[in-house]
Amino acid sequence: MGILEVKGVNKRFGGLQALGNVNLDVREGSCHAIIGPNGAGKSTLLNVLVGKLIPDSGTVMFDGKPVLGRKPHEINQMGISRVFQTPEIFADQTVLENVLIPCFAGRDGSFRMHAFESIRNEEKIVDQAETILREVNMHNKMDMLAGSLSRGDKRRLEMAMSLVQKPKLLLLDEPTAGMARADTNNTIDLLKEIRESRNITMAIIEHDMHVVFSLADRITVLAQGTPLVEDVPEKIKGHPKVREAYLGDAEV
Amino acid sequence: MLGLNKADLRLFLIVVGMVILAPFILNPFPSSSGLAQFNAGYPDLMQKLVIFGIFAVGYNILFGLTGYLSFGHAAFLGVGSYAGVWTMKLVSMNVIPALIISVIAAGLFSLLIGYVSLRRTGIYFSILTLAFAQMCYSLAYSVLTPITGGETGLTLSLDDPRILGAAQSATGNTPVPNIFGFNMGQSANLVLGNWSFTFNVGYYLSGIVMLVAFYLAVRLFRSPFGLMLRAIKSNQTRMSYTGLNPRPYALAAFVISGMYAGLAGGLMVAMDPLAGAERMLWTASGEIVLMTILGGAGTLIGPILGAGVIAYLESIVSTINDNVLHGWFSGLPGWLDNTLVTIMHPFIGSGWHLTLGLVFMGVVIFLPGGIVQGGKLIAGLFKRKSTDASETTAKPSE
Repeated sequence: MGILEVKGVNKRFGGLQALGNVNLDVREGSCHAIIGPNGAGKSTLLNVLVGKLIPDSGTVMFDGKPVLGRKPHEINQMGISRVFQTPEIFADQTVLENVLIPCFAGRDGSFRMHAFESIRNEEKIVDQAETILREVNMHNKMDMLAGSLSRGDKRRLEMAMSLVQKPKLLLLDEPTAGMARADTNNTIDLLKEIRESRNITMAIIEHDMHVVFSLADRITVLAQGTPLVEDVPEKIKGHPKVREAYLGDAEV
Repeated sequence: MLGLNKADLRLFLIVVGMVILAPFILNPFPSSSGLAQFNAGYPDLMQKLVIFGIFAVGYNILFGLTGYLSFGHAAFLGVGSYAGVWTMKLVSMNVIPALIISVIAAGLFSLLIGYVSLRRTGIYFSILTLAFAQMCYSLAYSVLTPITGGETGLTLSLDDPRILGAAQSATGNTPVPNIFGFNMGQSANLVLGNWSFTFNVGYYLSGIVMLVAFYLAVRLFRSPFGLMLRAIKSNQTRMSYTGLNPRPYALAAFVISGMYAGLAGGLMVAMDPLAGAERMLWTASGEIVLMTILGGAGTLIGPILGAGVIAYLESIVSTINDNVLHGWFSGLPGWLDNTLVTIMHPFIGSGWHLTLGLVFMGVVIFLPGGIVQGGKLIAGLFKRKSTDASETTAKPSE
């Protein structure tokens, strides 16, 4: 039984079949990569998973509960946390405040008026935020404005914001897109570390084969909106269908 | 102390001091001198300064924190005013019930408008609020005349069915608003040499209410709730993917700022029991936006400063006329006097909006953070100078 089960999901944009009968099974504790050439429907699938898009048909179950029809913030509260292609952070706030927001979100749910509490009296929450920042090595930048961070640091911060919520599933949307090789390797190390220390299930959408083969223990190949194969990385590498659809171009 | 940190407490105490000493601060010139023109220490203007301060502090909670630019807040000011006058007509000439009812009425009204308007963001939200406010103005001006008094406005009359208190005063006039027997118009004068200072009951009541309103705003700014409101302005996408629904937070901020506007409206009629529809006009909504941006949106003290500057300019510059100018320049040769007066003529009297426009443009272009940013720049200059000085003195000893 997978923690995330996608069954028969279809989505059409006008005449384009973006997703055609997609089935996906992400097992608990695994790192599941979804790869495919441009236009394969990877991003559409991700948007369905986080509640941004509603598919024409099909079901998505997370932890035994249906996901479809819920709003993004409700899906996040179920335990799915999304990391964006370009880091989405609160650019006008300090690094510490960026992490405090998900901490308070975890405590208060979607809405609570707490206009007369003072943030500095919430020692437990501030502690929690500082601990996670120390873990991702950002504690010396706590008072910097998040918008002024380097791209690698923004990625770290976004990761910290996700991790502090203790998600059951981390959805990563091309976490290394547009990064230099050194930054990419840093991100891979960071993700490996997270997997080892926290045992979080990850679903990762990625272009970069280097990243995919260093992290994933299961891979689904999408092409033209339908899954071609699903298998362990070693098998995917040599699979003729996959080579034809995707890897052939990438490994030239 | 008071649940504030050191810097906030100092700021709050400065504001307390300014409110208490305003009759002195605003009257720096001897009443006989030509500069007495610039004195602002008379009750009407002082009341106006603090009441618009309340309005701006509330508006800043919405605009400064969440970034939602409302062009309809004058509607809540108007609703607060009408509710205040009706309470005085029906219940009591004591201003306390009037203020409470004003706040509640404006709060309910803003809940309604906010619920609809907040379905959209950005310019669509602004247009929706503008449309609602103009609708309120038109309704108050025409269809709702029985409730609002239409063109003439809503005033007290000699046959009001007041529950607590008589319909007429002992002399057969309409009674005046009071607080436990102290009339709002009551003043004490202190004459010191050429200076004369006025201490007015209405002003001090408004001042105390403003201090309470400001204190609550400071607490809100430093609370987790305030952080969430800032998160709305910063990145709504991130917010919803962090498990937070931005809508109820934005609505709460909208209602709170609406209640502040209602409180300001209630105080206005407590000072002068007359509510007119023009209070809801879109220019009034625009004025509060100007005040907040001029002072510095999103800062604690900015809106109060902005409200002060605009209310002051409006009252002082608009009373200057050509004769006053000729008086100032009487020592100069006739041709120079006339040229100067001709140049300055468009900027004074009814042309005060031109002066305001220039000030506003200057601030927005050179100090996008408003007067507060200007203050910080100046403070920064002084700090650098003093550290430079200490460095140079430290050098010889090395």
